[in-house]
Amino acid sequence: MKQAIFQRIFLGIVMITAVIILNFFLLHAAPGDVVDAMLAEGGGGDPELAARLRASYGLDEATHIQLIKYLGQVFRGDLGYSFYYDQSVTELLLGHLPTTLMLTISALILAVVFGTLFGVYAALKPKGIFSNFVTVLSLFGYATPVFWLGMIILLVFALYLPLFPAFGIRSLPEPEHAVGRILDIIHHLVLPTFTLAILYLASYSRISRASMLDVLGSDYIRTARAKGLSETKVIFKHSLKNAAMPVVTLAGLQLAQVFSGAILVETVFSLPGVGPLLYESIVRRDFPVILGVLFGAASTTIIANIITDLIYKYMDPRIQSIT
Amino acid sequence: MDDSLETKEDAVLRVMNLSVDFDVKGNNVSILSKVNFGLGLGETLGIVGESGCGKSMTALALLRMVPSPPGKISDGEVLLNNLDLMTLSQKEIKKIRGKEISMIFQEPMTSLNPVFTVGNQLVETILEHKDLSRADALKEAIELLRLVQIPAPEQRIKEYPHQLSGGMRQRIMIAMALVCEPKVLIADEPTTALDVTVQAQIFDLLKEIQAKTQMSIILITHDFGAITEMADRVIVMYAGYKVEEGTLDEIRNSPLHPYTQGLLRSMLVIKPDSSGFKMPLPEIPGSVPDLLNRQPGCPFGPRCSQATVKCRSMPPNFNLGFKRSVKCWLVDNGRVE
Repeated sequence: MKQAIFQRIFLGIVMITAVIILNFFLLHAAPGDVVDAMLAEGGGGDPELAARLRASYGLDEATHIQLIKYLGQVFRGDLGYSFYYDQSVTELLLGHLPTTLMLTISALILAVVFGTLFGVYAALKPKGIFSNFVTVLSLFGYATPVFWLGMIILLVFALYLPLFPAFGIRSLPEPEHAVGRILDIIHHLVLPTFTLAILYLASYSRISRASMLDVLGSDYIRTARAKGLSETKVIFKHSLKNAAMPVVTLAGLQLAQVFSGAILVETVFSLPGVGPLLYESIVRRDFPVILGVLFGAASTTIIANIITDLIYKYMDPRIQSIT
Repeated sequence: MDDSLETKEDAVLRVMNLSVDFDVKGNNVSILSKVNFGLGLGETLGIVGESGCGKSMTALALLRMVPSPPGKISDGEVLLNNLDLMTLSQKEIKKIRGKEISMIFQEPMTSLNPVFTVGNQLVETILEHKDLSRADALKEAIELLRLVQIPAPEQRIKEYPHQLSGGMRQRIMIAMALVCEPKVLIADEPTTALDVTVQAQIFDLLKEIQAKTQMSIILITHDFGAITEMADRVIVMYAGYKVEEGTLDEIRNSPLHPYTQGLLRSMLVIKPDSSGFKMPLPEIPGSVPDLLNRQPGCPFGPRCSQATVKCRSMPPNFNLGFKRSVKCWLVDNGRVE
C-alpha cells in the first residue's frame, strides 16, 4: 500500500516533468515573447532596447538552454520570476491561490453534497415531481453558459437586490476586526460560489440519480430490505456506498481543476484568483507565470488522482491495488 | 373455501387469497391470483413451477416486498400465528422481516453487499433486531457462522463477499437469515447458482438447522430434484395460480393435474446404461400464456392434451382431502376449496 503510493508519487514527478517540458516548448513555439508584449504596451520601441531586455531576462539564449535552466530552478523549488509583475512566481501564486481555492473547493463541496442528495432523492421516486425537477435543473446547469449565469446572478442579487457585493474579494476599507474580515470575504464569495456550484451540481445530481437507480434494483438491496433494515439504512448505507463510485470519479476529475478551474467565474465576479492571473499572463507572454500556473495545475491533477484512487479503495474493497 | 382443512393447530403461516397485480403501461396484469396455502411447524413446503409462474412473487408478497410501483398486493391475508401481515404498518412489517420470517435468495453472488464485510452485514442484522452491544453481536455472528459450518469463522468474518466461494456466500446468507431463529425461512431458489455437491451440502445444512429449531421452510424452485430432496409438501404453480397441492408422495407418485404430470415426465431420468441420454426428454408443448392477454378459462388449457370444452371456463381448486387440491375439471368432485 505505502509502496504503491510512493510509486505513484514517483510516477507523478516524472509526469510533471514531462508536462513542464511540453508546456515550455508549446509556449516557445508561439510567436512573440514578453518583450514584444511590453514594447507593444509602451507604444513600440527600438530593436536595440528589445535585445537588451531579452538579454536581461535570459530570453536570448537557445530554447533548450532556457528549458534546462528552468527545470533546474523548479527542482530547487523556485518557479522563476515574473517579468511583468517584477515578483517571484511563487509569491504571485500564493497571493492569488487562496481566492481561487476558497471559491472552487467550497463550490465543489456544495455541489458534491447537494448534487448527490438531490440525485438520491430523485432516484427514490424516479417519476415524482422532485425527480423531474432535478432532471430539469441538471439540464439547465449543463446547458447554461457559466458567464451568462454569473451575470444574471450578479444582476439580480447584487444590483436589483443589493444583498451581496458585485465584485472583488474584500470591501474597502476593510473591517477592523479579524472576524469581520473573514465574514467580509465570505460575503464576497457567496455569489461566485453559488454560480460555480450550480454548474457543478448538475453533473452530480444526474450521475448520482442514474447510479442510485441502478443500485436500488440490485439483489443486495433486496437482501437488506428482507433483513428488516430501516429504509434510511438501506439507502444511506447499503445503496449510497455503492452508488457513490461515479460521484467519486467525477469529484476526482473536478478536484484536479480546483487550481485553475474557474477562470470565467473569477472574471465575471472580478475576483483576484489564479484564473485571471493566467489569462493576463498569456496575453502578456509572461512565460514564468504561465508555466507556474500550469505546473500547479499538473501537480494538483496528479495529487487529486492519488486521492481518488485511495477513496476508491476505501469505497470498494474489490479494487485491489492503486497502481 | 373449506376453512376447516386449512386451519390446523400447528399452522405457522396461513396464506389466503393472496393476489398481486402489476401495472404494465396502464394495464392491470394479474401476476398472482388468489393463492391459498398453509405452512405447518417444522414443515418444508416446496413451491415449484417454471419461470414467471409467480413463485418468487409469492415469496416477496409474503413479506410485502413486491416492487412497487409497478406491483401491488391487491388482495389476500397472510397470517403469521394469527397476525395479519398485510395490515401491519411499514414499521411493524420491518420487525417481521429478518426476525420472524427470513429470506434467502437465488444469487449468493449478488445478494450480499460487495462493499461491506461479512461481519458488518451480519452484525448489522443482529443489532437491528436484538438489543446487544456491538461486541456481543460480533460474538453472535461468529457463532452463527460456526452454525452454518463455515471454517475459521473469526477469519471469514473480516472478509468481503468477493473473497468467498458461492457455497460459502450462500451459507453466509443462511447465517444472516437465522439471526433471530425465524419461524419461517423462505428460500427462493437457494441452490440454483451452485453446483450439485454444494447444493446437497446446503440442503443438508438447512435440514439440520430445521431439526434443531423447528423452523418451517418454504422452498421455491423450478427443480423437482430439489423438491424431492427437501420438501414434505408441494405446491405446483402455473401462470400465477396454484394448480396442485399435495404431499411430496402424492405429487410425485400420483400427480393429478396435467401440468404436474407433464412437469414430472420432463424430468431427466439417468439410467445405468446411459440410454436415458439418447432419448429426447418429453416436453410440454406450447409456452406460458401471455399474462398481458389472458384468455378466459383454464390457464393451462391451450397446452393441455386432455382439455375439453369445459376447460373454457376457469376450474376452481377441487379439494381432494387434507391439504390436497387440484385446479382441474378432470378431478371434479364438487368439493371446491
